[in-house]
Amino acid sequence: MATFEPTLLARIAKPNSGKLEGYRNDGGYATFEKVLKDKQPLDVVTQVKDSGLRGRGGAGFPCGLKWTFLPKDHPGPIYLCINADESEPCTYNNRILMEKDPHQVLEGIMLSCYAIKSQCAYFYIRYEYGTAYRTLQAAIDELYAAGLLGKNIKGSGFTLDIFLHRGAGAYICGEETGLIESLEGKRAWPRIKPPFPAIEGAFRKPTIVNNVETMACVTQIMKKGNDWFKSLGVPPDPKNPRDAGSYGPKLYTIAGHVNEPKCVELPMGVTCRDLVEKHGGGVWKGRKAKSVNPGGLSMGFIDVNAPLKGEDGKTEYDIPLDFNGPGKVGCLGLGTAAICVVDDQTSMVDVLHNVCQFFSHESCGQCTPCREGTGWMLKITDRLRRGLGRREDLDILVDVADRIGIIPGTTICGLSDGAGWPVKTAIRKFRAEFEAAIKDGTKSAYTKLQMAAAH
Amino acid sequence: MPTVYVNDKPVEIGTQKLNCVQAAELAGVEVPHYCYHPGLSVVASCRMCMVETGDLKDGKVTMIPKVFPGCQTPVKDGTVIVTGDYGKHDSKVPKLPYDPAYKPGERAKKSQADTLEGLLLNHPLDCPVCDKAGECKLQDYSYQYGRSESRLVDEKNTPPNKPHLSSKITLFTDRCILCTRCVRFTREISGTAELQVVGRGHHEEIDVFPGRPLENKLSGNVVDLCPVGALGSKDFLYTQRVWYLKNTDNVCPGCSTGCSIVTDTNKDIVYRLRARTNPDAQGYFMCDEGRWGYHYTRSTDRLTRPMAKVGGTWQPANWTQLLPKLKYAVDEAVLMSPKRVAVVLSPFLTVEEAYALGSGFKKMSDQVRLVLGPVPAVGEDDHYPKDVKGNPVQPTKFTIRAEKCPNRKGVAAVLTQLQGEVIPFESLVPEFGQLSALWFAGGYPNPEWVNDAVKAPHTPPALLVVQDFFPTKLSEAATYWLPATAAFEKEGTFVNHAGLVQTFARAAKPPVETRSELQLAFDLGNRRGLANVAAVRKDVAKAMPAFANLADVKLPTTGKRLELATV
Ligand SMILES: Cc1cc2nc3c(=O)[nH]c(=O)nc-3n(C[C@H](O)[C@H](O)[C@H](O)COP(=O)(O)O)c2cc1C
Ligand code: SF4
Ligand code: SF4
Ligand code: FES
Repeated sequence: MATFEPTLLARIAKPNSGKLEGYRNDGGYATFEKVLKDKQPLDVVTQVKDSGLRGRGGAGFPCGLKWTFLPKDHPGPIYLCINADESEPCTYNNRILMEKDPHQVLEGIMLSCYAIKSQCAYFYIRYEYGTAYRTLQAAIDELYAAGLLGKNIKGSGFTLDIFLHRGAGAYICGEETGLIESLEGKRAWPRIKPPFPAIEGAFRKPTIVNNVETMACVTQIMKKGNDWFKSLGVPPDPKNPRDAGSYGPKLYTIAGHVNEPKCVELPMGVTCRDLVEKHGGGVWKGRKAKSVNPGGLSMGFIDVNAPLKGEDGKTEYDIPLDFNGPGKVGCLGLGTAAICVVDDQTSMVDVLHNVCQFFSHESCGQCTPCREGTGWMLKITDRLRRGLGRREDLDILVDVADRIGIIPGTTICGLSDGAGWPVKTAIRKFRAEFEAAIKDGTKSAYTKLQMAAAH
Repeated sequence: MPTVYVNDKPVEIGTQKLNCVQAAELAGVEVPHYCYHPGLSVVASCRMCMVETGDLKDGKVTMIPKVFPGCQTPVKDGTVIVTGDYGKHDSKVPKLPYDPAYKPGERAKKSQADTLEGLLLNHPLDCPVCDKAGECKLQDYSYQYGRSESRLVDEKNTPPNKPHLSSKITLFTDRCILCTRCVRFTREISGTAELQVVGRGHHEEIDVFPGRPLENKLSGNVVDLCPVGALGSKDFLYTQRVWYLKNTDNVCPGCSTGCSIVTDTNKDIVYRLRARTNPDAQGYFMCDEGRWGYHYTRSTDRLTRPMAKVGGTWQPANWTQLLPKLKYAVDEAVLMSPKRVAVVLSPFLTVEEAYALGSGFKKMSDQVRLVLGPVPAVGEDDHYPKDVKGNPVQPTKFTIRAEKCPNRKGVAAVLTQLQGEVIPFESLVPEFGQLSALWFAGGYPNPEWVNDAVKAPHTPPALLVVQDFFPTKLSEAATYWLPATAAFEKEGTFVNHAGLVQTFARAAKPPVETRSELQLAFDLGNRRGLANVAAVRKDVAKAMPAFANLADVKLPTTGKRLELATV
């Protein structure tokens, strides 16, 4: 494993890695130019589809397949929206790509637009990402100057404009239809589906929404080929006919109580334990891990010490972080592959209260179950941390967490699923700790943190 | 024929494009809902209308494991809808072949109870002091679908009330369930977009933009739309408990749109007008001018008893003595010189009143002239929605008409029938001095409309009888000034701008000393006894082919569109 050569992050340490010249020297845009000359849009769609690339934005939807949902022979315009709202706690892999290797992402956008016959891409960037915004704007300016963007690129007849759009400062702006609403200048209230964006998206036109890392993967797939891509990661589980596999490299971010928080690129399927212990330098202050979020807060918690059934000596800590792994231990999925470590000295009551604060603050508030449910869960967890909990509160929390979300069908978007999973997994897996805290009336030691902001 | 199954009951939907709420309604099943409103866009956010859905195909039912918002889910041939009320359905309807493990309605019911629990978490439960109590969907559905106890032990959110929202409307912020109907109304129907949602999550509130209160000519509709007691009409606030109100189907007399309305009264006092759904008239809404325009009926300036001019000053008269005098004077004028007798029928009269009065005078002498009263026109037709600059946007969703009377077409039709032409009031004015008698059946809520039409003072006719609410240039010159009745105070028929004929019932009795226009027509025309609208309606139907079905067919409360060749 130590010998794995990063591809997506290959250039980030280079001086001036964001400049066009350096990118071209490393073979950048050669793929795009070749594709423009030699390939039909459909060839690109087919190749991406065959690569098995699944979206890196959180849902893991097969990328090429999504592209095929666009209406055939549409007169246009068709839009590509790049989702760089990156607001899932502990997630910063998009940011590194945008700040350190913007051209890799932009080339992916250009290839994708060519594939889906879009002449216009909107790059929706989280407002707080000022550096990423400025870096990308400089890179786009370079591309226009070099004739790689604009009308009739290099005489190919292909026209493309890329517009940057700074986000509206809310987690919900990352939900694809919330993003579209926000892009249109409205409040980022997710739309009801159908119609899905591929049929009716931005400005009521067919639209594809893809994540930044997905775009970087497209660049590499078109450059290095499907054999390379499929040589990494995990093939489909033969026992699960609906599994599309988890191929390719993945950027994992490691955060929380670790010695070395960082973003690493690894083939899909690295275990949680390896990520923390090997790549993250282990748990800080010589402590042990108690729990880990396998892919952003909204995926729920794993219990590091809970044994895996039928796998001798292994625990939930050993699950592979591919699209399927977290689901096997009662978590929602891989999410953004951002893992957050909770050490054994930290109270799960505090952790959960913090989580509930996030989701109740970020719920866009249109669906009753999410708006009221997230608020209620916050009030209960706040009471728990003040030492005023009651046993029945735990049942109410699980009940509420179970019933909100698109999984039972009670909300418009996935935020409420994400708000429910950490609550139900924390209480189901750490119930004894919660019960003890309630019984003892333990008061929380932590005070609310002030949020820092820079952009 | 495409068929949908609602709680096992098959209903044919024909070619209609329906959602589950609408399809269930066809089957007689109410799916409770808050955010959904047929006149607004679908947002499917309140999650009250949750249903279970599936398909019936080749004799097999496949149900989807998730619950769905019925308002957002379209139906097609073979769609199976199971609602939370499945348990209450008619046991005689044969059960569909569900999977034996499937428990119909259980998930929908639970989901609805969950939604209600959510909605009530931060709700103040102040029904005893809430205007909406008694007609509140939160009350109704909580009673039918909710749980009886709250599991919340924490403090509720207490956002401040917002009486500054509008001069006419106040917001009890804590009662709001954020269905966004009101917001969508101002964006989609009025187009004025004053309302918005501020804040996030459970701290969300309805609000206006600073310095831009909710002031538009359709604003009152948000009160009707609000399913709970959050938005209150300041006009109605704390005046009545709704269960004391009598609700009468009525037609708004405010303009020629002729909105279908409900008039809410208690002990013959009008307290509130609300829009009544009628796609043929106006749709779902009404304008503020109409909604709050009923106050003239309660004005202290309103004439409530007959007056006779004695020695240049007004003296109250009593009907028993007055009637024979009136009748004698009128008869004599007609006898002496019928050509110099004119009868003005205002466009505020009902078809029946105009017909009874007009035909009564024509019976005395064919030479008596019937004249259409002043037709008030204010500005231009006002179309909605508007864009930010105030220009109307297509398609039009609501129009407030410049013609500020409800029945010009109906009265004109009567006049054409009775004398072959419609003589406008303006052409009569210069002749005032030459008339021996003028009977003016007015009923103008705004005296200026009469004053404007009369213009400069003229020598009054020798006998001038004015029936109207308020003093005008005409009433000042009159020999007799009689009280009038308002649209809410009588049964009758109006014909709107598009020829829609709407009959309506009486919502309130007029003041005691008022004799209705119809009754006077009976009295003058030697028809004995109490005026009888049905009898007049029969006469109208017989005399005028366009109104033929007024007689025997009981018109639907939404009215009937007639081809009036005459107007
Ligand atoms: C509440 C919520 C927040 C989301 N935030 C992001 C985000 O910040 N970035 C992102 O790429 N996808 C986010 N998503 C997922 C997007 O809806 C969408 O699935 C994704 O952008 C598709 O891109 P992909 O197919 O390339 O993964 C979010 C989803 C939800 C429900
Ligand atoms: S689930 Fe929550 S965040 Fe998503 S649309 Fe509904 S209220 Fe908004
Ligand atoms: S004020 Fe009434 S209509 Fe408006 S969102 Fe609240 S509950 Fe709905
Ligand atoms: S009525 Fe269907 S979700 Fe509100």
